[in-house]
Amino acid sequence: MSDKSKSITNTQVSRRAVLAGGAALTASLFAPKHLRAADFPTEAVNTTGLAVTDDTVTIGILHSVTGTMAISETGSVQAEKLAIEQINAQGGILGRKIEYIQEDGASDWPTFAEKAKKLLVNDKVASVMGCWTSASRKAVLPVFEQYNGFLYYPTFYEGLEESPNVIYTGQEATQQIIAGLDWVAKEKGAKSFYLLGSDYIWPRTSNKIARKHIENFLDGAKVVGEEYYPLGHTQFNSVINKIRLKKPDVIYAIVVGGSNVAFYKQLKAAGIDMTKESPIVLTISVTEDEIRGIGGENIEGAYACMKYFQSLENENNAAFVSAFKEMWGDDMVIGDVTQAAYLGPWLWKAAVEKAGSFDVDKVRAATPGIELTSAPEGYVKVHENHHLWSKTRVGKAKLDGQYEVVFETADLVEPDPFPEGYQ
Amino acid sequence: MFSDYSMGELGAIFAMQGFAGLILFSVFVLMALGLAIIFGQMGVINMAHGEFMILGAYVTYLTSNFFSAYIPALFGMYFFVAMALAFLASGALGLFVEWAMIRHLYKRPLDTLLATWGLSLILQQIYRSVFGAREVGVTIPDWMIGSLPVTDMIEVPINGIFVMVLAVGISMAVYYMMFRSVWGRQVRAINQNRVMAGAVGINTEWTDRLTFGIGCGVAGVAGSAFTMIGSTGPTAGQLYIVDTFLVVVFGGAASLLGTIASAFSISQAQSIMEFFLSGSMAKVLTLLTVVGILMLRPQGLFALKLRK
Repeated sequence: MSDKSKSITNTQVSRRAVLAGGAALTASLFAPKHLRAADFPTEAVNTTGLAVTDDTVTIGILHSVTGTMAISETGSVQAEKLAIEQINAQGGILGRKIEYIQEDGASDWPTFAEKAKKLLVNDKVASVMGCWTSASRKAVLPVFEQYNGFLYYPTFYEGLEESPNVIYTGQEATQQIIAGLDWVAKEKGAKSFYLLGSDYIWPRTSNKIARKHIENFLDGAKVVGEEYYPLGHTQFNSVINKIRLKKPDVIYAIVVGGSNVAFYKQLKAAGIDMTKESPIVLTISVTEDEIRGIGGENIEGAYACMKYFQSLENENNAAFVSAFKEMWGDDMVIGDVTQAAYLGPWLWKAAVEKAGSFDVDKVRAATPGIELTSAPEGYVKVHENHHLWSKTRVGKAKLDGQYEVVFETADLVEPDPFPEGYQ
Repeated sequence: MFSDYSMGELGAIFAMQGFAGLILFSVFVLMALGLAIIFGQMGVINMAHGEFMILGAYVTYLTSNFFSAYIPALFGMYFFVAMALAFLASGALGLFVEWAMIRHLYKRPLDTLLATWGLSLILQQIYRSVFGAREVGVTIPDWMIGSLPVTDMIEVPINGIFVMVLAVGISMAVYYMMFRSVWGRQVRAINQNRVMAGAVGINTEWTDRLTFGIGCGVAGVAGSAFTMIGSTGPTAGQLYIVDTFLVVVFGGAASLLGTIASAFSISQAQSIMEFFLSGSMAKVLTLLTVVGILMLRPQGLFALKLRK
C-alpha cells in the first residue's frame, strides 16, 4: 500500500504547486482526480524521445489479427482497446490521451519481430501491449531489449523467463498448475493422473511441473501416463482407449488450438461423460473463448484452472463484462487471457503516474509494487520479477459455455518463474 | 504393460482399438477421396482442398442454425440436408474455380500448386471476414452424440459409426461414377489420352470442370461430416491437408483403390503405434515408413499401367 499512497502524494504536491501559481483553480477543484498535462511538461516526462506530445502519448498494439493465432488474439486486442478508451475517458495518462498504433503479427514470428522494431524505432511508442504465444514473445524479446522497449504480455505461459523489458500480466506455470492439483487431490481425492498435451514448449514445461508436484508433494499420488500429440492432431481415439485402460482419476489436458475441439468432441463421443467425474478432466488450456469452438455440450463437467473466469462475482468484473459487451457486442465471451490483456494499459498507467514520467527506465523502476484494486480478477500487485501476484481459481464448465467458480486460493499466489525443485 | 489386466479387459480394449483404427481409416478415406479424384485423375495439385472441406463445415454450421431457428422439429435430421448442401456449395465453388483459374494452368502443373495455395489463403481470409476468426461451434443432433454400448466394456462412438457408414457410401458412389457412368468413362479416357479423347468427341473442357467440381463436392461432404469430430474455423482445413496428400500420394495418385489401400495401411499403422507409443512418436514413425516405402516405390502402392 505504501507505493500507492506515495503516488497520490506526488500528484498532490504538483497540484499544490499549480495552485500556488494561481492557475486553473476551478478546473482542479472540479476535476480533482485528473492529472493535467500542463503539470507535466513534455520535456520533463519524456527525456528519451518517445512519441509523447503535449496532449497525447502513443503506444503500440502488436497481436495477430490474421493467421491461425487470430482466433486467440482477437480478444486481447479488444480488451486492450477497451482499457485505452476507458483510460482516455478518465482523462488519459499524465493528462495525455493515449493513441495507439496497431500492427499485425500475422501469426508469424519473424513478422512479430519486424513489427516490434517498427513500433519501437520508427513510431517511438512509449509501451507495447502485445504477443500471445511464447514463440512470438521470444521473437520480439531481443528487439525490446536492444531498443529498450516496454512490453505488456497477457498470456499464461511456461515461465522460465524474466526480462527487464517485459511485464507478464498472465500467470506463469506454477501459479496456474500447483493450486489446481492441490485442489483436485484434496477435494476429489485424486491419486492417479494422466498428463496429455500438444507437443510444444508450454504443455511440456507445464506437465513437467505438474509431474514433479504430483510425485513429490501430493501424498501417494502418481502419474500413470504422459504424452504429447503434434499441434493440429485431430484423432484422439487411440489415446482415449489408452486412458480407459489406465483408469486415471484425473485426465490433465493441455491440448491447444484445433486439436482442442477434436479432443473434447471425441472424448464425449467415446462415452466419457465428464459430468460423472470418473475420470475428472482438469485442463489449463480451455478458457470461455475456446468453449465457443468446442461447444458447451462437449465439455460440460470438465474443470479448468485459471485466474479469471467471466462468471467471477465482484463489482469490478460486473463493470468490466458489461463495458466489454457494450463495446464489442453482446455475444462476446471473455477468457482468462482477455482479462489479463485488459490489465496491461492500466498497469502501465499506474506505473507512469507513479514514476511521473514516460521514460522506460523510470517506468520500469516504478513498476514493482504497483497495485490495481480495480482489476476484474480482483486485487493484483506487480512482483519484483515483473509477474503478477494473483489468485488461482478452479471453474467447472457448464452447458452454456461459462464456468462456475468452485474454488479460489485464499491468498494471492506468488509468481515464481524459476521454480526450484520443479526443473 | 498388460500384466495387470484380465483377459476380458484386454479383449475389450483391443476391440475398441480396432474400432479406433477403422474410424481413422474412414476419416482418411473421406479426406482423400475428393483429392484422389482431382489430383489422381486431373493431375491438379489442389492445395485448397482443406478449404473446400471447411466450406462444407461452414455450410453445416449455417444449416444447423437455420434448422434450430425455423424448423426445430426436424433438427435431428438436419445433418443429411447439410451434407447435401455442402456437396452443392463446395461443388459449385469448385466449378467456378476451375473455370476462373485452374483451366488456364493445366499445362503448368507446378503453377497450380502456387495458385491453389493462394486460393487457400484467399478462402481462409474470406471465412475469417464472414464468420469471424474464432472457431464456430456446430451443434450436433443428440442422437449422434455419445456411444453405443456393445458389451459392458466395449463402447463404440456413434459419430465414428456414422463416419464409417458415410465413408463406405461415398466410396461406393465414387466407384460407381468412375467406373460405371458415362462421365467416369470420359474422365478415364481423358486421363489416358487427352488428345485422342477430344478427337472422338468427348467434351474435355466440360469433363474437366465437372471432375474438379465433383472432387470439391466430395471434400465438402467430408468437411460436413468432420464437424462431428473436429473444429470448424477459418484455418481448420490446414489440419487435414498434409494427411490428405500423404494418403493420396502413398496410394499411387491415379488409383482410387490405391487411395483406399493407403488410407487403410496408414491409419492402422498410426492407430496401433499411437496406442503403444506417444502421439508424436507414432506420427514420426508413420512418416518415416511412408518415406521409406515411397523411396523404393515412387509410383505409390498401386499404379495404373499406362501406355505413354
